[in-house]
Amino acid sequence: MRRIRAAAAIAIVTSLTIAATGCGGGEGGTGGASPKTLTYWASNQAPSVEADKKILTAELKKFEKRTGIKVKLEVVPWSDLLTRILAATTSGQGPDVLNIGNTWSASLQATGALLPWDDAAFDKIGGRDRFSEAAVASAGVEGKDPAAVPLYSLSYALYYNKRMFEDAGVEKPPATWDELVATGKKLSKGGKWALGAEGSNLSNNIHQIFALGQQHGSDFFDASGKPDFTSDANVAAVKQYVDFMAKDKIIAPGNAEYAQNQSLQDFARGKTAMVLWQAAASTFAAHGMKPDDWGVAPVPVPSGAPGGGRQVNSMVAGINMAVFKNSKNLDGATEFVKFMTSDEEQKILNDSYGSIPPVKAAQQDPAFAAPDRAVLRDTLAKSAAPLPQVPEESQFETAVGTAVKELFADAAAGRPVTTESVRARLSKAQQQMPK
Amino acid sequence: MTPAATTTPRRAPSGSVSERTGAQPPRSRRPRLPGRLRRIGLPYLLLLPALVLELLVHLVPMAIGIVMSFRELTQFYIRDLNSAPWNGLDNFALAVDVNQPVGESLLRSFLTTCQFTVLSVGLCWLIGTAAAVFLQENFRGRGLLRAVFLIPYALPVYAAVITWAFMFQRDNGLINHVVHDQLGLTDTPPFWLIGDNSFVALLVVSVWKGWPFAFLIMMAGLQNIPRELYEAAAIDGAGVWQQVRRITLPSLRPVNQVLVLVLFLWTFNDFNTPYVLFGKAAPEAADLISVHIYQSSFVTWNFGTGSAMSVLLLIFLLAVTAGYLLFTSRGKKPADAH
Amino acid sequence: MTLLTGFVLLPVYVMVSSSLKPLQDVSGSFRWMPSGLTVRPYFDIWDTVPLARYFVNSLVVAGAATVCSVVIAVFAAYAVSRYDFRGKRVFTVTVLSTQMFPGILFLLPLFLIYVNIGQSTGIALFGSRGGLILTYLTFSLPFSIWMLIGYFDSVPRELDEAAKVDGCGPLGALLRVVVPAAVPGIVAVAVYAFMTAWGEVLFASVMTNDTTRTLAVGLQGYSTQNDVYWNQIMAASLVVSVPVVAGFLLLQRYLVAGLTAGAVK
Repeated sequence: MRRIRAAAAIAIVTSLTIAATGCGGGEGGTGGASPKTLTYWASNQAPSVEADKKILTAELKKFEKRTGIKVKLEVVPWSDLLTRILAATTSGQGPDVLNIGNTWSASLQATGALLPWDDAAFDKIGGRDRFSEAAVASAGVEGKDPAAVPLYSLSYALYYNKRMFEDAGVEKPPATWDELVATGKKLSKGGKWALGAEGSNLSNNIHQIFALGQQHGSDFFDASGKPDFTSDANVAAVKQYVDFMAKDKIIAPGNAEYAQNQSLQDFARGKTAMVLWQAAASTFAAHGMKPDDWGVAPVPVPSGAPGGGRQVNSMVAGINMAVFKNSKNLDGATEFVKFMTSDEEQKILNDSYGSIPPVKAAQQDPAFAAPDRAVLRDTLAKSAAPLPQVPEESQFETAVGTAVKELFADAAAGRPVTTESVRARLSKAQQQMPK
Repeated sequence: MTPAATTTPRRAPSGSVSERTGAQPPRSRRPRLPGRLRRIGLPYLLLLPALVLELLVHLVPMAIGIVMSFRELTQFYIRDLNSAPWNGLDNFALAVDVNQPVGESLLRSFLTTCQFTVLSVGLCWLIGTAAAVFLQENFRGRGLLRAVFLIPYALPVYAAVITWAFMFQRDNGLINHVVHDQLGLTDTPPFWLIGDNSFVALLVVSVWKGWPFAFLIMMAGLQNIPRELYEAAAIDGAGVWQQVRRITLPSLRPVNQVLVLVLFLWTFNDFNTPYVLFGKAAPEAADLISVHIYQSSFVTWNFGTGSAMSVLLLIFLLAVTAGYLLFTSRGKKPADAH
Repeated sequence: MTLLTGFVLLPVYVMVSSSLKPLQDVSGSFRWMPSGLTVRPYFDIWDTVPLARYFVNSLVVAGAATVCSVVIAVFAAYAVSRYDFRGKRVFTVTVLSTQMFPGILFLLPLFLIYVNIGQSTGIALFGSRGGLILTYLTFSLPFSIWMLIGYFDSVPRELDEAAKVDGCGPLGALLRVVVPAAVPGIVAVAVYAFMTAWGEVLFASVMTNDTTRTLAVGLQGYSTQNDVYWNQIMAASLVVSVPVVAGFLLLQRYLVAGLTAGAVK
């Protein structure tokens, strides 16, 4: 009797444990076991994850209708995406197809988990030359088969508040940095400021100083892929950016702690007159700005004429689409990439997301000729360069982005930002890079 | 948290031996061997689920983590852990070389964490004890006050910390609204989430969240002290302060011993608070070790070095805990005696 | 004490008042009084993020983790409290020392183990609620066991003896006598286990996917790439806090009683 009871108790515990472990509802994204399904991790491009789902689900239905392949969609927030991808890479338990930030391309390429897009693979989706060269260049290390296919492209532009410009008597948006500082000084008074920045957002810092660095004629990595952060040109570029707050005083000190797009809110509320941003239209609208309230211009360059030589004024921003090499449905995955990068889908998706199609044929659509889109499109075509495509890119973003963040904190606290202090921060960042 | 080591004198079920011998005779009617087997086996059976789970979730992963710390585990190798080359003690060498940036920043983060932990635990203990003593008295609204004090402990960590982050914003936050706009304590609104003040911000949030636990435990501890002791002391003419010193504090000694240790370990290992407050890149002044290690492994994709750092941290915590328990239990025995 | 009360309640006030403000109010300078009250955030929160689903997930995960943790802890604590056996010290010390493991050290290995179990046995632990339940219940287990050992020790052994004389086996004695006598301790442990599971961020962010995401991670969805909906964050924080806080406050009497007899003795 006792023994039975003991056994029963143990059985209860064990079954509870099993029930607990077995009752989970989620499938672990086991990568399309049957050829008729695919798992797809999308990044968060719309104002909310739910909005993304709506936009994509409609398109995925079309795909299912055409090919009979059902795509299981998960929109992964940016805060989790890279960690999830890392986990998926380590375990081999990932989706079949996924979106990656294009700056991660080289890092993820180095893991060897992503399907390389050689010419044969590209031919299956219509050929490599359908895509803009700059976009493909941001999909992996130069000279290697890209690790992903460009899906959405973006570039930086200068957004300005027309009303504030008028009030300050500024007639046209600045085309050079000198003009920007001069204009900025006119605008920065009475609790209002000229320029917004996201001083605590590491990626944004990197994007900004990258373009400035290009203009100073420097790269953060030398030709052999070794970090070279402390060159005079890089120091000058970083100092120029931080000086907008430290010396020129056209960025509000409070921006040093911004990391969640508060600068856009300030812009929409008329507290700052300009922001350097990628496709901000939908956010402005969400904050109640009308399209007539703001204007768009190319990001300033030293000479006033973007394009040609080192007159780069933006990184090639964007999202790439990658396929996990160990997908059990490689053909279906390729088919899906083909669908998503088709001229027609490119128009629909990029239009919904406010981005520019990396597919050349789709770029010609009138939807992308509206003034604000045209600036982004022309920048991409003429004066955008990809961020360094090196496997250590994410370390670079962390180390140098943090250096800029700390410099902004110094500037905001009223501590001097000098060439020496900039160099010291950058040299510390460089030492943190893996040897 | 290994009170077992010290509590054995109190808890060792000396009674259970006699209990077992006492239970022997009635059982002798059963065949002896299975009975004995079962009696020996039963406790193990009862422990089995806990043991299996601890092995699965804590011990085995931990062992793997230690193995990882001896390998070079960067993005080039994470796809297949077994292919990652061994690199002996290199990860550890890198982590402890304080003349190099990696080691230097780890050391700085470690010292920051120590400072933070001492302050946070100290304040939590102080506030918690004071409040618990205060609530010993019977007065109107005591129950309500007790409930209010427990709210920070009951709130989910992320909800509370997000709210604090919102309050600490420089331009739009409540803290600066009070400190700068209303009280005029500073010339310019200070920053709380970047720069040196971030340490203060982190400390405030940590104490806000942590002290109710101390309060709760202290309250429980105080209730265990027999009223008669105080009454006797009062008759002897002892004042309030003397009562606290002679009765309350000594009686709370075992409670304190455990409470301080638990608070120490939780605060030292706390990841949620700094992570939700500052995001993935904590400011230097508030760069706690758990976030530092997270960044070293997940953000910069170097799991080998990250694991090595964790192992070092673990060794440190083990040493501190063992030392602490040894020290406090040595001091405790005479205290228990009287 | 007034100061302390203010300190404690300040964030609560901010949470409540901000959740009732329109978006313009929360993205501008702080003000004690909202310029206008709106309950819109409370409706919007369900659309911006699938909050309801996250809520259910958190509830299932935390609930199951609590139940399992308590049951397992009761058995283990009973064994330690009532029996002398070889390895007892080793067991308690080992289990308790897991409290000092830095979570970050075993996050990735644990993840790999779950994946491997999934591949070899078909039990989906990774990405499923089950995996999370298992993880969380283990997190609260050491503290629970330790607290219950203390509590069970305080239950007089004579009660067991009496039950055995009445013909109960050791487990019968546990279930019929010891457990009922230890209800406050068990409630205290349950509350602790539930809260541990309800608030965890790190493991949830790696081990869940869209369908199994818990609130702790899901709340991050309110700060998207382009915007932070502070009023919605506050409203959602409040919505997810209220049940836990209410439950906690209701059970706090047990908690103090449980701790009094168990942990702090």
